[in-house]
Amino acid sequence: MEQVLLALAGNQNSGKTTLFNVLTGSNQHVGNFPGVTVEKKVGQVKAIPQASLVDLPGIYSLSPYTSEEVVTRDFILQEHPQVIINIVDATNIERNLYLTLQLMELQVPMVVALNMMDEVIASGNSIRIKELSEQLGIPMVPISAARKQGINELIREVKRTIKNPPAPKKPDFCKGEVHRALHAIAHIIEDHAQAAHYPLRFAATKLVENDEPMRKALHLHDDDLHIIEDIVASMEHALETDREAALADMRYSYIEEICRNNVCKVQETITQQRSEKIDRWLTHRYLGIPIFIMIMLLIFYLTFTVLGGTLQIWMEAGIDALVEQFSRLLNQIGVSEWLHALLIDGVCTGVGSVLSFLPIIVILFFFLSLLEDSGYMARVAFVMDQFLRKIGLSGRSFVPMLIGFGCSVPAIMATRTLSSDRDRKMTILLTPFMSCSAKLPIYGMITAAFFPRHGAWILISVYLLGILTAILSGLLLKHTVFQGDSVPFVMELPAYRIPAARSVILHMWEKAKDFLHRAFTVIFVASILIWFLQSFDWHLNYLNNSSQSILASLGSALAQLFAPLGFTDWRAATALVSGISAKESVVSTLSVLVGGNDAQLSLALQTIFTPLSAYAFLAFTVLYMPCIAAFAATKRELGTWKEALLTIGYQTLAAYMVGMLIYQIGILFV
Amino acid sequence: MTLDQIKPGNGGVIVSVGGEGALRRRLLDMGLTPKTTVWVRKVAPMGDPLELSLRGYLLSIRKEDAAKIEIEVNADGTGVVGTGGKSE
Repeated sequence: MEQVLLALAGNQNSGKTTLFNVLTGSNQHVGNFPGVTVEKKVGQVKAIPQASLVDLPGIYSLSPYTSEEVVTRDFILQEHPQVIINIVDATNIERNLYLTLQLMELQVPMVVALNMMDEVIASGNSIRIKELSEQLGIPMVPISAARKQGINELIREVKRTIKNPPAPKKPDFCKGEVHRALHAIAHIIEDHAQAAHYPLRFAATKLVENDEPMRKALHLHDDDLHIIEDIVASMEHALETDREAALADMRYSYIEEICRNNVCKVQETITQQRSEKIDRWLTHRYLGIPIFIMIMLLIFYLTFTVLGGTLQIWMEAGIDALVEQFSRLLNQIGVSEWLHALLIDGVCTGVGSVLSFLPIIVILFFFLSLLEDSGYMARVAFVMDQFLRKIGLSGRSFVPMLIGFGCSVPAIMATRTLSSDRDRKMTILLTPFMSCSAKLPIYGMITAAFFPRHGAWILISVYLLGILTAILSGLLLKHTVFQGDSVPFVMELPAYRIPAARSVILHMWEKAKDFLHRAFTVIFVASILIWFLQSFDWHLNYLNNSSQSILASLGSALAQLFAPLGFTDWRAATALVSGISAKESVVSTLSVLVGGNDAQLSLALQTIFTPLSAYAFLAFTVLYMPCIAAFAATKRELGTWKEALLTIGYQTLAAYMVGMLIYQIGILFV
Repeated sequence: MTLDQIKPGNGGVIVSVGGEGALRRRLLDMGLTPKTTVWVRKVAPMGDPLELSLRGYLLSIRKEDAAKIEIEVNADGTGVVGTGGKSE
């Protein structure tokens, strides 16, 4: 058998990812579909060695509105998969079959995997699969992806379909007026559809639905278009409804008809009943929000202190020990001083400090995939939607933003789950305004020196400043850059399910791999660059003291820029530049440059800042561009350098404006 | 009567779906088609969005969008929460 291309299509929450993992094992490659940031997973099917399986995005229909829908449509029409495996949630069969009917119009051989049949049967309901399959004219295989039941039968059916692809037949689920209109239009466009390589039936349906991309693709004459519009108008008139409603109604009516005799639902499934009970608490009128906050606090506590925090300390210790061994080895073989410094202070320290984030990222994504796969994330969006609507986002953006208070890197990575491109970009831009935990040492340093008795208030005000800036930026962006329609908030609330261990682990592994990849590419280069700037002067002399370094002279050059914020000392500016490598560096750089222990640092800071300018400095550090690891994540998720650079440009500009406002207004009162 | 005016626990039959473009298409695709029975189960803690039950599953939409869906209320004007929204 030669190489075979298979596609996996289905609704969100239908168990698609679970089935994909079962079919391919860990043999997966993750990338993007060309031109869009829609994730494309490809895997080799374990049981069919020659077959690669593409995991198409989870969608509810083939309308041309979201990039997920367009990508799915284009992929099937242009890449010609031999077989589509369409996964259908049997506990929610009516709505799931809607996509099935649309996929049938594409006239690609298809096998339906009827997932969660175990739940249907366990609750005393039943589906006459044989009859349903015959009426639809598509083989149907009952499976349970989570319990790995029916997988062999599914594979067998797919193999059979690859070997003997059924002759394409006309899907026959339209009636009356719609039927007449479709056939009349099909006659007119037959040649055009053939020339453009579109299945005739699909093209005709899309024209009735007023599908813009299809109308363009077919290159119809004006005369033909007029006739088509006439046909549609008379159909609308006869049905007393409009074209879009007519087709949606036709599909659902057909589904209702075939389900009436073949799907017997005596009660909700056990999972659905359980979900209802859980939702009594989790989306409760008064308790819903407090419970959500408790859950997030618990996750934060476990991630940043108990589990992740501890692992991070071990990891740091381990890395330090390794670096020390490596350093000793370098000394033994007698490398030159600067090379030693490059490898140890530049590469190892830079990459090492970023690597120590790894445990936190892995653990955070463990919890996040629990939230996502269990069905709770949809409830978060439901409960918090009202909060974020005003700034033009939906409830879904809440979780990434919240994670931003821990670390911007996983927060930006978590925006992947947002379904709208616009929401994703905006969330990536706003999330770093949530003050991350690495900035805490800076706040500690400044409050110790200037506001020792009001530490808590300063801390709270700084966090609020970040949130306020995010809100104002959201409002500003909503009316400027991110104008236009947001993707409608029409969201399924799936039944709660226990997440499959396999999916959770694969998800963690993917994110870890992604992060490691960055640590050894972007961050690797950036570490060397920053080390270089710190260790050499303009004559490329290697320095022992960074006060004469290129970085310091950059700091001096930038120092005057900060005059409107009330501080002009080159050491403050240098610290801010070095903060780009990691926010903790602001503190370490300042203490190196002023030289001395904590008490001396406080005294020295008082010569650099006034309390007011110190607060402006604080405001700037909260808001300006995130660290290099977060920048790398931003670039990865946005896709282009241009957008990534614009994003950090905006953040830094916002920081500058806010810092300046604070100082200039403050100085009127002090 | 429009869907946003229905109190939680009550339901009705869809008469027409208004709105336009992506939103309207999404509502139709998700099964909010004329003659479908739909129940309002819940309102989110901050008063918006709504939780609906139709065709045996749960869907959340915002009130401003629900206002575009015209509803005919059942004869007795009430329904039992949780029995789903099968369109039989």
